[in-house]
Amino acid sequence: MIDIRIQSSDFNFGKEIKNFQNNKIDGAVVCFLGSVRDLKLEERLEKLEIEHYPKMAKKVLEETAKKALKKWNLSQCLIIHRFGKLDVNEPIVLIITQTEHRKDAFRANEYIIDFLKINAPFWKKEHTNNESYWVEQNKKDLDMSI
Amino acid sequence: MKIIFFAKIRELIGKEEENITFPEDVRTVNDVVSFLKEYNKIYYNVFENNNFLIACDEELADMDYKISKTKEIAIFPPVTGG
Repeated sequence: MIDIRIQSSDFNFGKEIKNFQNNKIDGAVVCFLGSVRDLKLEERLEKLEIEHYPKMAKKVLEETAKKALKKWNLSQCLIIHRFGKLDVNEPIVLIITQTEHRKDAFRANEYIIDFLKINAPFWKKEHTNNESYWVEQNKKDLDMSI
Repeated sequence: MKIIFFAKIRELIGKEEENITFPEDVRTVNDVVSFLKEYNKIYYNVFENNNFLIACDEELADMDYKISKTKEIAIFPPVTGG
């Protein structure tokens, strides 16, 4: 079962994990939660704005989940990705994978976040107390996908 | 053809979308880029640094992708989600 949500509203990751546990299909559930971080030294991040290409973003996330489902025999997969203006520490992305054995759940989860980072059409813009600028793609993300 | 823009490229172009009628000899994504570079200086600047991706009908497309059946072309910077 695949559940893809692209939304501006916050989500409750505790509740989402609980839902997976309640569906007692398989025993291994792995969760990745990505949040807004302020790593700046000389200025302060006030908002992180996320823009997306709605039709394509949905398609890419669905296709990625389908590939992972098939390759690692997932019983369930949830991907939530937010857009809009977020505060520091707010959650951005949640990926939950469920399989019979833990290694497959970990591998599938990592595959999804790595693929998403270089293929899903979302863009981050940082608004600090001084200025606003678009985040550049991280070369490490590209390298990890190869 | 409907061309849509996102993120930094949308800001540089100054609009979210544009309808452009391409001449018959514009057949591939590469032809689209070459045509737009000549179309005006803003497009030229966008494409000049090669920091862009192109999707045809919501699928990432290579420069040799043929656009004969394409309805919508999206132009955007490398993605930074997750």
